[in-house]
Amino acid sequence: MTTVTADPAPAPAPPGRSARPSWLRRSWEKHWYAWAMVLPVVIVLAVLIFYPLFRGIWLSFTNLTEANQVAEICTRSITGGEVCKDNPNKWEFVGLDNYLRVLTGEVGEFWQWTGTTLIWTFVCVACHFGLGLGLATMLNRPMRARGLYRVLLVLPWAVPAFVSAFAWKFIFNERFGLANAALSAVGIDPVSWFADRWTSLFTAIVTNIWLGVPFMMVALLGGMQTIPSELYEAAEIDGASAWQRFRSITLPGLRPVSMTVILLGTIWTFNMFPIIFLVTEGQPAGQSEILVTGAYRAAFEGIRNYSLSATYGVLILSILLVFSVFYRQALRKQGEVW
Amino acid sequence: MRRTARGIAVLASATLALSVAACGGEDKAAEEQPKVDPASLTAELTWWDTSDPQNEGPAFQELIAKFNQTYPNVKINYQSVPFGEAQNKFKTAAQAKTGAPDILRAEVAWVPEFASLGYLYALDGSELLSDESDFLETPLASNKYDGKTYGVPQVTDSLALMYNKELLSKAGVSEPPKTWAELKTVSQTVKEKTGAEGVYLNPAGYFMLPFMYGEGGDLVDTGAKKIVVNSDQNAAGLKIAKDLIDSGAAAKPSANDSYGTMMTLFKEKKVAMIINGPWEVNNVKSAPTFGGLENLGIAPVPAGSARAGGPVGGHNYTIWSGMPQEKVDAAVAFVKYMSSAESQAFLSEKLGLLPTRKSAYQLAPVQNNAVVAAFQAVNEAAVGRPWIPEAGQFFGPLDQMATEVLIQNKDPKAALDTVAKKYKAEVVPGYGL
Repeated sequence: MTTVTADPAPAPAPPGRSARPSWLRRSWEKHWYAWAMVLPVVIVLAVLIFYPLFRGIWLSFTNLTEANQVAEICTRSITGGEVCKDNPNKWEFVGLDNYLRVLTGEVGEFWQWTGTTLIWTFVCVACHFGLGLGLATMLNRPMRARGLYRVLLVLPWAVPAFVSAFAWKFIFNERFGLANAALSAVGIDPVSWFADRWTSLFTAIVTNIWLGVPFMMVALLGGMQTIPSELYEAAEIDGASAWQRFRSITLPGLRPVSMTVILLGTIWTFNMFPIIFLVTEGQPAGQSEILVTGAYRAAFEGIRNYSLSATYGVLILSILLVFSVFYRQALRKQGEVW
Repeated sequence: MRRTARGIAVLASATLALSVAACGGEDKAAEEQPKVDPASLTAELTWWDTSDPQNEGPAFQELIAKFNQTYPNVKINYQSVPFGEAQNKFKTAAQAKTGAPDILRAEVAWVPEFASLGYLYALDGSELLSDESDFLETPLASNKYDGKTYGVPQVTDSLALMYNKELLSKAGVSEPPKTWAELKTVSQTVKEKTGAEGVYLNPAGYFMLPFMYGEGGDLVDTGAKKIVVNSDQNAAGLKIAKDLIDSGAAAKPSANDSYGTMMTLFKEKKVAMIINGPWEVNNVKSAPTFGGLENLGIAPVPAGSARAGGPVGGHNYTIWSGMPQEKVDAAVAFVKYMSSAESQAFLSEKLGLLPTRKSAYQLAPVQNNAVVAAFQAVNEAAVGRPWIPEAGQFFGPLDQMATEVLIQNKDPKAALDTVAKKYKAEVVPGYGL
């Protein structure tokens, strides 16, 4: 692939050197139009991304909550008049306190939530990808009513997530749900799905798999259709079996697509809030909580704790950043560029 | 608290159905002559009503229409806001200083929290509190914060033992159980003789309070600034609840959606007794299979070794501090009208809600209401909750504890110790353990 590049972007000028301004000026005179073009994007990014990001990071070093955010609390009397009192515990800079409290488990269950999140993300993405790949392979050949199958399989994607979440929650209802009715019908004792951490997580994972497979299927199907059919023909002439063709042509051909969708899927699933929040509600006793739902409950129930929620936000962002860095490195080793 | 809210919404809907038959009765809401000409008051007020829009809402709107007969130029902008959303919605709007309602129906635990944030008018010195002594003490106490009063009680409620009369008499039980031990025996008898389950316990913090109060326990001691949730009394109370389940007297509760399960089973006559509040009366009454009010028994919660008592719940009228001063007279007139003894009697007759004024209980519509009469005994035994801004946050850890103890068989004392640590770390750091 060729890229058209303009002159390399000017490096930021080190301060305090008299020779530099002329260089800067020359650069400005030559490239002012480029700067002008870039400016809108820079402004939009600054307003939408950098300001909230840095403000969030700053908040995580304070103890700001809803109760201590104002310097004075004023009470208006119905008979007129207003009494203002200095807020006795106004918010202040607390350094790394929030991180210490979260990471040592004084507040919340960070490590348990992280563990659950990793299991949840890995199982969901693995099943999404595996099932999506299987369905895409089945649909990627001429057959009758292929369009109909595709539409049906994409359907879960079109249903709002909360609708499916409530439907699945009801399916797993311990007394009136379909799952236990089916188990009883074949002579198995009904299961108390939400009484155990793992069965509870299982219900959420099943829901999320049902929701997430269509996206993987569509993306992988798209990828498969870009693989030239000559490759398959040539392989067939050489006597390659179906499995060999799948392993040596389909999988490598899909790699650019699959690497991207796995990264996307991982990030989405990691931060998938509604399924856990609505299907298991964190039951039993908060043990099926993942990082984002746990952080939500910790920060937004009762008096809202802005600094604590910012701390969770920064921690979740850091985990995902580390993941993407390793993932990119792994990709680069394989010679992928994206 | 979440559960309370849900319950309250349900309650509201139930009571509405009750009242339909009673409509058209005495409309004698002839309130005392106001000092100024009511027609001279001109304002537009927004009211966020958090009651159930189908069951309770129409009765409140009827009251507003009556209010407008006296005050034709005060326009009430009635907005129904789902109970579950109202607290956060109000806080967001009040903090932004725009978009909050002039008048809010606030759950009892919200008032100290909003007051501590400066979001409410202090009502001291106004007409609203001129007859303060007429209000029942416990509901009024929920409006006090830091020596000032920030709201006027609208309705009050508490948990009671609700039972299916038919199932109990089929089992040969003539009186509802008065202690937890009796509850266990009755449950087992019902189970043996009728095939229905005896009792369903909702594994949630709020619903565990009667067990803890029964042994003399509480959550925190606000006077001594001490966390007492992990007391031996509370542990003993939880052991009673756990024993009910372990012995098979109580149905095995589910960790998720247990409240809905409890109500469905009760309405379908698959469980004979539940512990719940007046907000569910209408729901039960209107259930096609249940058999109406005649089949519904209401009794105070069974007693433990120390006492019998449920937590106090209810709602208050509050006025947003961001409301301009010139609207104050109209707002006061409105809240005064809505909380008058006559209005409370009207709501009680229509919806079966429990009045918060002593004088309202003397009025005929209240005195003749069987549900109110049954709940009056319940409410007299009710235990006030700690009215501090953080009170709403007590229930998250408590809900977890209830699930751990009742479903996952964790030791009550150990589970309560965890709750106490969480209260110290996250809810009331200034309190001692």
